[in-house]
Amino acid sequence: MSILVCAEHDNASIKGATLNTVTAAKAIGGDIHVLVAGQGCQAAAEAAAKIDGVTKVLVADNAVYGHQLAENISLLVAQLGKGYSHVLAPATSNGKNFLPRVAALLDVNQISEITKVISADTFERPIYAGNAIATVQSGDAIKVLTIRPTGFDAAAAAGGSAAIEAVATAANAGTSTFVGEELAKSDRPELAGAKIVVSGGRGMGNGDNFSILYSLADKLGAAVGASRAAVDAGFVPNDMQVGQTGKVVAPQLYVAVGISGAIQHLAGMKDSKVIVAINKDAEAPIFQVADYGIVGDLFDIVPQLEKLI
Amino acid sequence: MKALVAVKRVVDYNVKVRVKADKTGVELANVKMALNPFDEIAVEEAVRLKEKGIVTEIVVVTVGPTAAQEQLRTALALGADRAILVDTSEDVQPLAIAKILKGIVDQEKPELIILGKQAIDGDNNQTGQMLAALAGFAQGTFASVVKVDGGKVQVTREVDGGLQTVELTLPAVVTTDLRLNEPRYASLPNIMKAKKKPLDTKTPADFGVNAAPTVKTLKVEPPAERKAGIVVKTVEELVEKLKNEAKVI
Repeated sequence: MSILVCAEHDNASIKGATLNTVTAAKAIGGDIHVLVAGQGCQAAAEAAAKIDGVTKVLVADNAVYGHQLAENISLLVAQLGKGYSHVLAPATSNGKNFLPRVAALLDVNQISEITKVISADTFERPIYAGNAIATVQSGDAIKVLTIRPTGFDAAAAAGGSAAIEAVATAANAGTSTFVGEELAKSDRPELAGAKIVVSGGRGMGNGDNFSILYSLADKLGAAVGASRAAVDAGFVPNDMQVGQTGKVVAPQLYVAVGISGAIQHLAGMKDSKVIVAINKDAEAPIFQVADYGIVGDLFDIVPQLEKLI
Repeated sequence: MKALVAVKRVVDYNVKVRVKADKTGVELANVKMALNPFDEIAVEEAVRLKEKGIVTEIVVVTVGPTAAQEQLRTALALGADRAILVDTSEDVQPLAIAKILKGIVDQEKPELIILGKQAIDGDNNQTGQMLAALAGFAQGTFASVVKVDGGKVQVTREVDGGLQTVELTLPAVVTTDLRLNEPRYASLPNIMKAKKKPLDTKTPADFGVNAAPTVKTLKVEPPAERKAGIVVKTVEELVEKLKNEAKVI
């Protein structure tokens, strides 16, 4: 068996989700090749070659892959994918965007967001926002899978020395162009890969009050998230949303502040190792999943917590 | 221009789903069903484009059981002009759905195809992308803003780090994210009018598509339960527990 892992990267470096995806590939078993498609992505390809367990890195460095346009990337991956038993990508917004196109071009179904490998053709994945776990078996010739990063440990980013091979194909569908992007700039860790996440909910009252969470997060080296209620109320932007319709996180420590614990929110964080809930309502459902709860006014508790750690 | 909107009948999002005792799936008997929330947003977006005079006709389609007529009628009440039910009792998987939708696209020739980014039952998030690939169209997934201008559509997409805007040549596929719009409620007169709007029934075979699944569900289980922990009295106690018991800070 041979497995093609599509790397998530920013041309200069490999994103953490790629490392989790390599671990999933190891669990399937076989030769692991990593594809780095981008523009000026040689540095990312070199980083990919160092990932433990990777035997070959394919690098497609071309302007047509510059902004990861799904129309172009999928043509490339479908063409390369014909030679593999498995094609994997992390279930990031980018992976979810292009990989189903690859599956359709290969005339197979995709299995989305797997959280466990049972065997080379059988996988576990959450359905109904994580309220049920399905074990599914693929009968397709090529298995096309997105990997939920929180389901797998990160492979070591060093220790490997895979060969790097250039792929000359420039696949340009010519149907889409990149116009622009507004990416949140922050010195804090990314939500998806952070060891500690501090999240605020409707109980924060307004966007300005999130400053106490930023301050706590900076002391902890944590990322800051939010519930859908806080996003819908306009307190913070949507890319901070944790939950069924936002990001799924599984940090070592998740601190839920002023979050009641709607089922949609729990779907995004209940696999965290330790959960702390701070809420003034002792009946809030968040306490049913929290390892440590504290009932009281978050505006007293959060600054105290920051002082004591 | 003509818009095609694809929708799905799913368990209502307010229902707490339960896994069947024999682990073959989730309990669907006597459970409230509804239009998939992301698809409702898709219908609303098409209706808004029609109100702006950009879209001239909205065709809504679903692949599903006969009972999915209900969801088509809901879409018609929200403002779609006519409906197509591709009637099947199979649990049709995304690739086969995309192939059926491709068949409909070939017949109807819509300029804009709008779908929800995912259905809240299978959480697959595939059908729109697959349809776009099969039709050779561009795609704007996870859309939060859609602007049609001339032969192009600009789509602002919700991506991991923020927002990305792409420009697509029409015809194109758009999949909706939550913040694209807030769907309206259907008024009683519109619900009555929807009953008289045309609804065609087809089968997967009409499009030469074999709807049999290629991915087999071996079992469905409830997720591991998380036990409730303890409530601490003071912040000092919390910090002590996190440092010495949980050892996470």
